[in-house]
Amino acid sequence: MQQYFDYLQQYGPRFVDGTLVTIQQTFVAGFLAIAISIVVGLMKLSTNKAIRWPAIAYIEFFRGTSLLVQLYWIFYVLPLFGVTLEKFTAGFIAVGLNLGAYGAELVRGSIQSVSRGQYEAALALNMSPYKKMTRIILPQALLIMLPPWGNLLIELLKGTALVSLISVADLMFEAKQINGSTYLSAESFGTALIIYYLMARLVVSPSMRAFEKFWARKMGRFGNHV
Amino acid sequence: MNASTYPVKLEGDVPLVRFQNVTKRYGPLTVLDNLDLDVKANEMVSIIGPSGSGKTTVLRMLMTLETIDEGVIYVDGEPLTHMAQGDKLVRANEKYLRKVRGNVGMCFQHFNLFPHMTALENCIEAPIHVLGMNRAEAEERALDLLDMVGLADKKDEHPIRLSGGQQQRVAIARALAMRPKVMLLDEVTSALDPEVIGEVLNVIRKLNSEHNLTMLMVTHQMGFAKEISDRVCFFSEGKIAEQGPPEQIFGDPQNQRTQQFLNAVLDAG
Amino acid sequence: MFDWKLEYSVEILPRLLSATVNTLLAAGFGYLIALVVGLVFALLQRTGVRPVTFVVREIVEFIRSTPLVVQIFFIFYVGPQFGIRLSPWTSGMIAIGLHYASYLSEVYRAGLDNVPKGQWEACRALNMSPVRTYFRIIIPQAIPPSLPGMGNYLISIFKDTPMLSVIGVAELMHTATTIGTETYRYVEPYTMVGLIFLAISLPTAMALRGLEAWVRRKMGMDR
Repeated sequence: MQQYFDYLQQYGPRFVDGTLVTIQQTFVAGFLAIAISIVVGLMKLSTNKAIRWPAIAYIEFFRGTSLLVQLYWIFYVLPLFGVTLEKFTAGFIAVGLNLGAYGAELVRGSIQSVSRGQYEAALALNMSPYKKMTRIILPQALLIMLPPWGNLLIELLKGTALVSLISVADLMFEAKQINGSTYLSAESFGTALIIYYLMARLVVSPSMRAFEKFWARKMGRFGNHV
Repeated sequence: MNASTYPVKLEGDVPLVRFQNVTKRYGPLTVLDNLDLDVKANEMVSIIGPSGSGKTTVLRMLMTLETIDEGVIYVDGEPLTHMAQGDKLVRANEKYLRKVRGNVGMCFQHFNLFPHMTALENCIEAPIHVLGMNRAEAEERALDLLDMVGLADKKDEHPIRLSGGQQQRVAIARALAMRPKVMLLDEVTSALDPEVIGEVLNVIRKLNSEHNLTMLMVTHQMGFAKEISDRVCFFSEGKIAEQGPPEQIFGDPQNQRTQQFLNAVLDAG
Repeated sequence: MFDWKLEYSVEILPRLLSATVNTLLAAGFGYLIALVVGLVFALLQRTGVRPVTFVVREIVEFIRSTPLVVQIFFIFYVGPQFGIRLSPWTSGMIAIGLHYASYLSEVYRAGLDNVPKGQWEACRALNMSPVRTYFRIIIPQAIPPSLPGMGNYLISIFKDTPMLSVIGVAELMHTATTIGTETYRYVEPYTMVGLIFLAISLPTAMALRGLEAWVRRKMGMDR
């Protein structure tokens, strides 16, 4: 045990550096994924084929291929088409695009889960489609989609570990480097695992639950949480 | 579909609602079959009949929740399902519908209150965002209506804290806030516990006697329909099998199917 | 510099295809391990013995919340540190198996929880043994709603196999990278890898949806 403390003292700072990069990746990829989810999710609900089909293609493509393949493609192959991305950028774009596809399905499913009666009541009150969506449907859809979004954000966090494979200096990258020079694999990868776990369990999940509670209260369901 | 043969605007002594030769199909099933129906201003019409007879479809088409296959529906002389193009009628587009839909209001069997808003907020939402009223005006109107339905003290409650009867009364206030010319009531008591049906019926009584609102009501409450209606329509298989004043329909039905239906209903309770 | 070398693509295709077989085997074995271990995890959490439930729960949460790729490295490199040599294949299988076992255990738990309480009570009233109750009555009812989840994870495992390339397993991604470094042309190998993945995952997804519907019909649970 004492050995481990010494190990942490010596390599702690590097783990912290790596964790910071992981957090940055998670945040930026997260924003990208959320934005994409909303846009593509709504697109998939359109009755206009020209809008719906690109959304379907995007979702099927990014869900049907693996994140690692997409990441490598964006970083190694895109340059040959003239688009050269710096590795940090390539990293969060790949993760964001990938998770965005899953999120889009979540957004679409939640909007469709809002009961038909709500749409009909809004129509009976002659609300415009825009007002109906923003004031009646989307607030209710948000409440429905928050729990699964919590899981998706953890997947996002886990997904960022792959950017280490294109040499972005994140948590896993540091762990690998340290392992390479010390051969203390259990300590190196073990510490990394623990940090990921702490981020997921103690930061992401509680934050999402707090937001769920907040939104549920705003929706007037405090104490009657659906 | 030759709507162009229908008048672009009704002339003369005009009913508030007119269904002219209206047909509605769902695939192979014909739900409304060349229906002709007039509703005069201030009239209270009850629609009764077995399920599948097309009663709810009549209301839903008037509320533009369903499209029309043949025929034309007029509200206050103007076409609802179609619009004038020169001197012919063509199918209405969404822009036109948004203009004319405001003449009609509807209350649903399952209330469909907005769960994330209080009773008051439910009632001011459309006046503010559709009619463009300012908040103070909308609130004043809403409070009046909530008071009329007996729920002024519940204005800040969310639907989940209200009983079914209370929710339906808020739904009525919400629809009235838009000042529709015609109110549609689609089996508004069918989903309620027996104890609270009365409070909703009382509100409808008020609307009929004090405010003389034109109403079209689909209901299974035969006693109430008999008491309050100016006219009762018995629907069967997409057509009006018989219609007339309540004394005639309930007391001395001419049509065999009407008799069968009423006997079955009375048997049940 | 977009110019697709067709002969090159055709040339490398056989290598990619045989690597695909490796990938499918890795996914298949990993999935089998996950199916079984997942059930163990799920049933252990239903024993009612507090310490057991707690420990298993924490293990499952830990595995689910941490990246598979780090787990793969951990299992591969930790062995030698304590004198056990695990081959890339074996470490990969264990890592994938454990990782997806934790996901599947959640799917199983949800499926089991969703069987109505009345079913359990009926079995008790008929004096059925716990084993019979589980295997003849409860688990068959837990399966149809669990199938979508189980199917999705099969596809996920397939898509996660490229991670095994980082410890040298000669699956599809690894082979493509090797080809790329040999010839300095990455466009064709990586693109073809992407296409092969799509070609396998999309039809599989459709087939799985068909399977779900079939099982539902067969068990008379069509709603």
